[in-house]
Amino acid sequence: MVLKIENITKRFGTFTAVNNLSLTIPEREMFGFLGANGAGKTTTFRMILGLMDSSEGLITWGGKPINYSTSRYIGYLPEERGLYPKLKVKEQIVYLARLRGMEKGEAQKELENWLERFKVPEYANKKVEELSKGNQQKIQFIAAVLHKPELLILDEPFSGLDPVNVELLKEAVLDLKKNGTTIVFSSHRMEHVEEMCEHLCIMHKGAPVVHGSLRDIKKSFGKKNVVIHADFSLDFLKEFPGVIKHKKTAEGIHLQITGEEIAEKLLKEIVPYGFIRKFALEEPSLNDIFIEKVGASYE
Amino acid sequence: MNKFWIILAHTYMSKLKSKSFIITTAVTLLIILGLTNLSNVMNYFNKGESGEEIVVVDESGALFSPLKEQVEAVNEDIKLTQFTGDEEAAKTAIREGEYDGLLLVRLNSVNLPEATYHAMTIADTTIANEVKNSLQQLKTQLAATQMELSPEELAKLYEPVEFEQLALEKNAKTEEELNQARGLVYVLLFVIYFSVILYANMIAMEVATEKSSRVMEILISSVSPIKQMFAKILGIGLLSITQMAVLLGVGYASIKQNLDTMQGGFFSFFGFGDIPLATIVYAVVFFILGYFLYSTLAAFLGSLVSRIEDIQQMITPMTMLIVAGFMIAMFGLGQPETPFITISSYIPFFAPMLMFMRVGMLSLPIWEPILAIAILIVTIILLAIFGARVYRGGVLMYGRSTSFKDIKKALQLTKNK
Repeated sequence: MVLKIENITKRFGTFTAVNNLSLTIPEREMFGFLGANGAGKTTTFRMILGLMDSSEGLITWGGKPINYSTSRYIGYLPEERGLYPKLKVKEQIVYLARLRGMEKGEAQKELENWLERFKVPEYANKKVEELSKGNQQKIQFIAAVLHKPELLILDEPFSGLDPVNVELLKEAVLDLKKNGTTIVFSSHRMEHVEEMCEHLCIMHKGAPVVHGSLRDIKKSFGKKNVVIHADFSLDFLKEFPGVIKHKKTAEGIHLQITGEEIAEKLLKEIVPYGFIRKFALEEPSLNDIFIEKVGASYE
Repeated sequence: MNKFWIILAHTYMSKLKSKSFIITTAVTLLIILGLTNLSNVMNYFNKGESGEEIVVVDESGALFSPLKEQVEAVNEDIKLTQFTGDEEAAKTAIREGEYDGLLLVRLNSVNLPEATYHAMTIADTTIANEVKNSLQQLKTQLAATQMELSPEELAKLYEPVEFEQLALEKNAKTEEELNQARGLVYVLLFVIYFSVILYANMIAMEVATEKSSRVMEILISSVSPIKQMFAKILGIGLLSITQMAVLLGVGYASIKQNLDTMQGGFFSFFGFGDIPLATIVYAVVFFILGYFLYSTLAAFLGSLVSRIEDIQQMITPMTMLIVAGFMIAMFGLGQPETPFITISSYIPFFAPMLMFMRVGMLSLPIWEPILAIAILIVTIILLAIFGARVYRGGVLMYGRSTSFKDIKKALQLTKNK
């Protein structure tokens, strides 16, 4: 089912948190939300989940509004992680799954599978407060996906995890997608979104600055990057027509150019000077696009 | 199973199994058992002691035997013995612990008894008082004999005056009934007061815990906040009824068993001999209504704080309301018919205690408690509607401040425009 966000606006008093946002999130796809703190990501998620009413606009999933009758099919990992500190993992995960409409026995079986998968079966009878923060996050993730949701909303799923656990969780998210779950997730790590999402949206001050499929965004951006490593000085390239930005590195230079044809000219220009150890034409990174569109560094 | 019942059962079971609940209940049970078995306990401890032994040095020689008779008739635990030695020897004996006290009695210039009492400490006044009272009676008798009064004349002099209070209103309570009602109402008021404070606090804590541990956001994405709020209120309500049932059941059984030893004493003053059913029914009704009123208030106040530490500050005004209601009710026990009490008993936040007090003490026309109950129900519904809206916004709000301005902010969060 398609998740459709149509002209959503949310105001808190005089402050506009989300401004006229329209998105279409196709079924079985992974959709990435990027944006600085306060860009309106969490507010958008809360409106998608029906926790908050929008000031204007409409959000539908498969043509119907999302409310408590659809909560069986929706999973949510909030940005502010939270579980009952005093309850045992098993008790609370089963409780939360039952609130999503799952049967008790099934929930227990699924929980065992997930704990097995995350290599922590012994946590079932531990209290949450006894677990490390990273492990608590695994439990939190299980709480969001245990009931096999069709639409999964992950607010900063990888923040605060070590690289090993990031990989573990990423793999789990990709598996869910393979099994047909529509996933919307936000991250402040550009590379995660770049790596995992077909579609994305960059939010800035409540409004979408860029949105569409990753390939289209990169294509329409036009600009490319060139990385050159050479034994001679490359400083004269700063003034070369078509070069927008330059950054000196230890081994050479990084250039941002207006298009592919400039790269060709660049190569011809420097060949006579001597030995070139590396010449690479690269797609622009999301970070480049973000900086370009928002006008400020992201991280 | 419906989600409402899942939350209700979860709240009820997890609280019931919690250590703090089990310990509180056990301690309260012990106290109740101790109180209801008070006379047994006291007898047990007294068994070992032989009673107080007082030596008497009687200078006149005529006072000792009537005094001994008099004292031992009143309290058989006090033993008087005539001392053969002089005052100093008696004092030494007391210092050595042989006796508990020394009484020097003599006749004064008008041939009436007077006395001095010596003991290691005079902190325990009961013994000295009993001896003094006995001596007083002896003195009265002696003085009467001196004045040549016959025992009949003496009895006439001391006969208490007949004084009976009668109410003219048809079904007004008799004086005896009033005294009994006062005791019962007093105890039940305490029960209502404590349990409303206790369980309303529990609700506020529960909500604040879920909010501060941030599990709230998951909960409200599964189940509507309003459903959650009421499931929680009912769950804790059920818990309170369970606790009450256990405590009252054990208390009642224990009183029943010990009734013989308590007859006529402290307990009949509290009106436990013959408990009027209506008072109990009203107590239950007003307890339940009071609980719902204050727990709804507590739930939405709890939803406004971000940290557990702030919860006490937030619910203090509510606690003040309960304390004020209780104070007015206590004051009203002595004069339940003053207009101030009557008017206050219709104010919803005071009604659970005040109207209960009035209905227990006075013979009110039936419409009065029913009107108060209706006012309470309407207030609870209004508070629930308002509280649910605050709760819905409040649970999403994580701020530093804990002021009542937050209520406005919380309402804004749920507003459409």
